[in-house]
Amino acid sequence: MITEASLIANLTLFMLAIFLGFELITKVPATLHTPLMSGANAISGISVVGALLGANVAYQGGETLVSGLLAFVAIVLAMINVVGGFAVTNRMLNMIAGKKRRA
Amino acid sequence: MEEWIPLGYLLSAALFIFGLKKLGHPRTAPRGNQYGAMGMLVAVITTVVDMQLASGTMNWELIIAGLVIGSIIGAIMAIKVEMTGMPELVALFNGFGGAASALVALSETWKYIEDPTLALPTGLTLQVVVVAAGLSALVGWMTLTGSLLAMFKLKGGVEIFGKWFKTPTWGPTWLNPVKVLLTLSVFALIVMSIDDPTNETYLWAIIGISCLLGIILVLPIGGADMPVVVSLLNSLSGIAAAFTGFIINNPVLIVAGSLVGASGLILTFIMCKAMNRTLPDVLFKSFGGSGEKAELTRTKVGSDADEVAMMVDGAQKVIIVPGYGMAVSQCQHQVKEFGDLLEEKFGTEVKYAIHPVAGRMPGHMNVLLAEANVPYEKLIEMDEINPEFPECDVAVVIGANDTCNPAARSGEGPLAGMPIIDADQARTVVIIKRSLSVGYAGVDNDLFYEDKTMMLFGDGKAMMTGLNNAIKEI
Repeated sequence: MITEASLIANLTLFMLAIFLGFELITKVPATLHTPLMSGANAISGISVVGALLGANVAYQGGETLVSGLLAFVAIVLAMINVVGGFAVTNRMLNMIAGKKRRA
Repeated sequence: MEEWIPLGYLLSAALFIFGLKKLGHPRTAPRGNQYGAMGMLVAVITTVVDMQLASGTMNWELIIAGLVIGSIIGAIMAIKVEMTGMPELVALFNGFGGAASALVALSETWKYIEDPTLALPTGLTLQVVVVAAGLSALVGWMTLTGSLLAMFKLKGGVEIFGKWFKTPTWGPTWLNPVKVLLTLSVFALIVMSIDDPTNETYLWAIIGISCLLGIILVLPIGGADMPVVVSLLNSLSGIAAAFTGFIINNPVLIVAGSLVGASGLILTFIMCKAMNRTLPDVLFKSFGGSGEKAELTRTKVGSDADEVAMMVDGAQKVIIVPGYGMAVSQCQHQVKEFGDLLEEKFGTEVKYAIHPVAGRMPGHMNVLLAEANVPYEKLIEMDEINPEFPECDVAVVIGANDTCNPAARSGEGPLAGMPIIDADQARTVVIIKRSLSVGYAGVDNDLFYEDKTMMLFGDGKAMMTGLNNAIKEI
C-alpha cells in the first residue's frame, strides 16, 4: 500500500541517495575504473530483493504461475550479477591492490 | 518485531555506502568490495526473514533454487573467465542486473493480467506502481540489450554456427532524433497504461521499444569508447533497480539503486575525461571504427630478435608500452623477464607506459603486469611518462596499436583527439605485432613505417621468448 507519506519518503530517499552517490566518487585512479564499475554493478543486483518478494507474493496469489516464474528468472539473473560481480571484482583487486600492498 | 525489519535494510544501505567509498582508493578497494558483498548478504537475509514473518507460508523451493542456481552460475563465470575476457563479463553481468529489475516490474504487472480476480490497486498506489514499473521496464530492458551488444562489440564479433560475424558499427545522425522520439513514445505509453493497467499491447510495446532503444544507443559507438558505454549502462541498471524499489515500496532498492546510478554516472564522466572526450561526443557522434578499415598500401621489412637484442644492449633507458596484444598472447611473464634481463645485464632503466584504455578496459594492463610481479611503481600512467619519451633510447611496443598511433594528433579520423602514448618520440621504436594490420579503430599507423621503427612480426609470447634468449646470449 502506497500512501502520500510513503511516496514522499521514498522520493526523499531517492534524491538524497543520488546526491550522496555523486559525492562518494571523486578522484579515482584509472587502474580502479574497471573494479569500481564492476563492484557498483554487483550492488545494482540489489533488485534480487524485489525478485524475492515478487516470487513469494506471486506464489500466494494463486493463479499466477507465469508471474512467479518471471520472478524466479529475476532471482537467478540478479544472483548471477551479485555473486559473479563481487567475485570478479575481488579477482581484479587481488591482482592490482593486493600486489601493491605486498610490494 | 516486523516493524524493526527495515533496520536490516538500513545496515545494508550503510554497507553499500562505505563499500563504494572504499572502492575508489587503491589501498582500501578490496575491503570496499567485501563491504558491498556483506551489504548484499544482509539485504537478502533481511528480505527472507521479512517474508517469513509477514506471511508464514513461503515458496521456499522456488526461492532457494533461484538463489542457489544464480550464485553457482555467477561464481563459475567469475572463476573461469580469462583476464582478457573481463570487460565482456562485466558488460554481461550488467545486462543481467538490468534484466532482473525489468523482470520484477513485469512480474508485478503480469500477476494482474494473469489472475483477473486479483484486486487492482487503486488511486495513488496504482499510479505509482504503473509509472515506476514502466520506467523500470524502459531502463531495465534498454540496459539488457545495450549491455549484450556492448559485450559483443568488446569481443569484436559473434560466432553463429561456426561463422564469425563482425559486430557492426552504424549510426547516421538522423538516428539521434529517432532515439528521442522512441523515448517519448515510451513515456506516452506509460501515461496511457495508468488508465488501462492490464492492457497487454501497451506492455509489449514498452518492452519492445525499450529493447530497440538499447540497441540503437550502443550501435553507433565503437572502439575505444566501449568502456565508457559499459559504465553508463552500469549507471542505468542502478536507476532501474531504484525504480523497481518504488513499485514494491522498498527503501533498500531505492537507496542502493540510486547510489549506483549516481556514482556510475560520475565514474562515466571521469573515464571520459581520462580519454579527453565528452559524454555527448561519445554517445551521439559515431566514433572509433566506421567499419571501413584503411587500405594497407605500404610494406615494412621486419627485423629479427638478434638485431633488437644488440640494439637494446646500448640503451640507457627503455620504456615498455603494452597493449591488447600482450593480453591476448598472455606474455606478461616474458615481458617481465625482458625487463629484468635489461636491468641485470645492461643496467638499463626500465619503465612501463600505461595508456588509460590500453587493452579493452581501464586497468587491464595493470592487472596483467601485476600478475607477473612487475612492481607497481614501474607502471607509469600516460600523462606522467609522456615527457620522458624524448630522452628514452628504446620504446618497446608490445601488441599496442591505436594507443600509440600518431594519427590521433592530426585531429581527423576515428582516433582524432584521443590522447596517445608518445612512443614515436623515442630514439628507436621496437614494435612486436603479428602483422601491419590496423587496430581496433581501423586506422593505419604511420609509426610502423618510420625509419627508426623496427618491427618484430609474430605472436607476442614467441617473440618475447626469442628476444629474451637473444639477450641472454650476448
